[in-house]
Amino acid sequence: MRVLVAMSGGVDSSVAAARLVEQGHEVIGATMKLFCYGDSVPDRPCCSLDSITDAKLVAHKLGIPHYVLNLEDRFGHDVIGNFVAEYARGRTPIPCVRCNSFTKFRDFLYHADALECDAIATGHYAIARDGALYRGRDPQKDQSYFLWGIDRAVVRRMLTPVGELTKAETRKLARTLGLLTADKPESVEICFVPDDDYVAVLEQHLPADAPALTPGPLVTTSGDVIGEHAGFARYTVGQRKGLPGGFAEPLYVVAIRPETREVVVGRGTELFGHAVSLEEVNWLAEPLAPGDAVWVQCRYRARAVPGTIAANGDGRIALRLAEPVRAIAPGQSGVLYDADDRLLGGGVIA
Amino acid sequence: MTKRLTYLDNAATTPVRPEVLEAMLPYLGKEAFGNPSSSHRFGRAARAGIEEAKRAVAAAVGAEPNQVIFTSGGTEADNLAIIGAALASRDRGGPFRVAVSATEHKATLAAAHAVKHLGGEEIILPVTASGRVEDSALDAALARGMAIVSVMWVNNEVGTVQPVAEIAGRCCDAGVSFHSDAVQAFGKIPVSLRGVNCTLLTISGHKIGAPKGIGALIVRDRKAVEAIIHGGGQQFGIRPGTENVPGIVGLGTAARLAVEEQQALATRLGELRDDLERRLLAIVPDAVINGWQGERAPHISNASIPGTDSEALLMHLDLAGIACSSGSACSTGAVEPSHVLTAMGVPRELGVSALRFSFGKDSSAEDVEAMAQVLPKIVEKVRSLSAVLHR
Repeated sequence: MRVLVAMSGGVDSSVAAARLVEQGHEVIGATMKLFCYGDSVPDRPCCSLDSITDAKLVAHKLGIPHYVLNLEDRFGHDVIGNFVAEYARGRTPIPCVRCNSFTKFRDFLYHADALECDAIATGHYAIARDGALYRGRDPQKDQSYFLWGIDRAVVRRMLTPVGELTKAETRKLARTLGLLTADKPESVEICFVPDDDYVAVLEQHLPADAPALTPGPLVTTSGDVIGEHAGFARYTVGQRKGLPGGFAEPLYVVAIRPETREVVVGRGTELFGHAVSLEEVNWLAEPLAPGDAVWVQCRYRARAVPGTIAANGDGRIALRLAEPVRAIAPGQSGVLYDADDRLLGGGVIA
Repeated sequence: MTKRLTYLDNAATTPVRPEVLEAMLPYLGKEAFGNPSSSHRFGRAARAGIEEAKRAVAAAVGAEPNQVIFTSGGTEADNLAIIGAALASRDRGGPFRVAVSATEHKATLAAAHAVKHLGGEEIILPVTASGRVEDSALDAALARGMAIVSVMWVNNEVGTVQPVAEIAGRCCDAGVSFHSDAVQAFGKIPVSLRGVNCTLLTISGHKIGAPKGIGALIVRDRKAVEAIIHGGGQQFGIRPGTENVPGIVGLGTAARLAVEEQQALATRLGELRDDLERRLLAIVPDAVINGWQGERAPHISNASIPGTDSEALLMHLDLAGIACSSGSACSTGAVEPSHVLTAMGVPRELGVSALRFSFGKDSSAEDVEAMAQVLPKIVEKVRSLSAVLHR
């Protein structure tokens, strides 16, 4: 079949494309250009960006066509705009979730449709099988956590050629195939946040006097003001860095109250919770009902814990967790799995 | 997928002509590989190749052999012309100021911008809807005094022709040097400096069947330019460095053939271009041929297809085996309309949906036919895609 493969210029999507070619599909490679890479040299076009060049070279080596799809406007609105707005209201967003939901598995799919492609493929470590999504085989690399928001109908058209591989196997395969991206270092940062400095991105997009970036009170859970912080957008629930010391126990951020600009701090034990509320809920399986058991994962790389649906409706669900979970942060994702590691759906932690 | 490949991007580049390759081969191998500055027989052989090429290039554009300065291509020649003329003017106490038309190739625009960075001044001359430099703006620039005025002979994106002889005459009357980038004009319309008061002229090899990496600046007044790269005394010190002998020989051969064939080629390509536009308008009745208002070179057609975007069109055309372009190669990848169409007042919606088809020596009616075959379906698909993506 004809497959449009999203090639970032990294090793995972390079191998994904290579495997599809090997399997005999008619493969078209495409790199999404999602934002201006902000070269420090003025007037220098970003079309010469290294990652796009790498994707092009891999495509050439595989003998497949390759194109650059400009989705800057849409990504700016759906992902970067939301990222800024979420921090501005005291939450900790995951842009990768929105990118998957809106950019990779919606806008990119529009291109695939126009190109009469039967399927789209990515280098995600997750497994799409018979219309269902599962965790990737490599527990260290599993990216299914970021995929809960995609349209269920799209799953049938998804190919995940590296989902059954470990990262080490992917790299080995890349070397065997002679792909120049084989030993490229892992990208762990948010793609549009240079030097891991997300506050700089917020400063660029928000007015200088935005509440999220201006000082506010640091208060304890019992209501005592113990100091001032430099803007609540600099904090995330569970964070220890940037808080004053000299207390009997180390302090952590336990809540952010944007309406009063308060950053609430407390002891480590105060971070644990037994309940999670999700909004913007999306299902990739038949929706669960109150009383149903489910596995819940509240952070990327956190362990899933058993839980029960307490209530649902109107795009929201409430979950009871069988064991306490640390630092449930509004804006992160609560992702639901069954006992066989099937991704059932998820939502944004309210 | 179509197996026959259709190349309608000759304004981007062309393959090396067999005659050119043949002429170059001796200068790549043991026969005449020498350094043309060497006094021994190897050097003399290389020098002879250069001198012959110089004569060919000079004859092709109506200049003198000692006015031909070889460069690494059009971009370097444009830079040498603009920055070199600005520096020369400054050093003799003249204006450190350059004026270039808004629709120039990026090489010229960027060189003018570099003059500004060096402490000088850049003036951008606006153009009319047909792409011609506005007279009043030119007059105002000339009245202020300029180191150089640069207006390209034929625009690389839309093919519009500037009244170069007239502009050159006005510059001459004002005592201002004039440069024209004739990269797209050369070989497609008559380009002769005889009777034209053009001080500097750029040509490029790879648009006319010579290899990439060779071009020339015709310098009719050596005092008008200063070197911008520095080295030994080759080429009067205006453009030092050991000459690219095989490239130069290739350019000489290509230039000779280009002039010999120009008239017949222009007639043939003009017919293909007209046929393509006729068929395009039949398929897409609301398409707009950009630059139609003015005189155009015969080999370039720039058409906007409302409700689409160039990027998606190019991708679909490529998959169907058709290679064309959305304008100048460097601006692909960005959604902004090209600076040329913007300067000509083309609305944004049309600017982002522009395609450039450009014909060359190897183009044929089959290319137009192939294009017309695939276009209806592609336009339909891309229109529905754009409707979804831009709603």
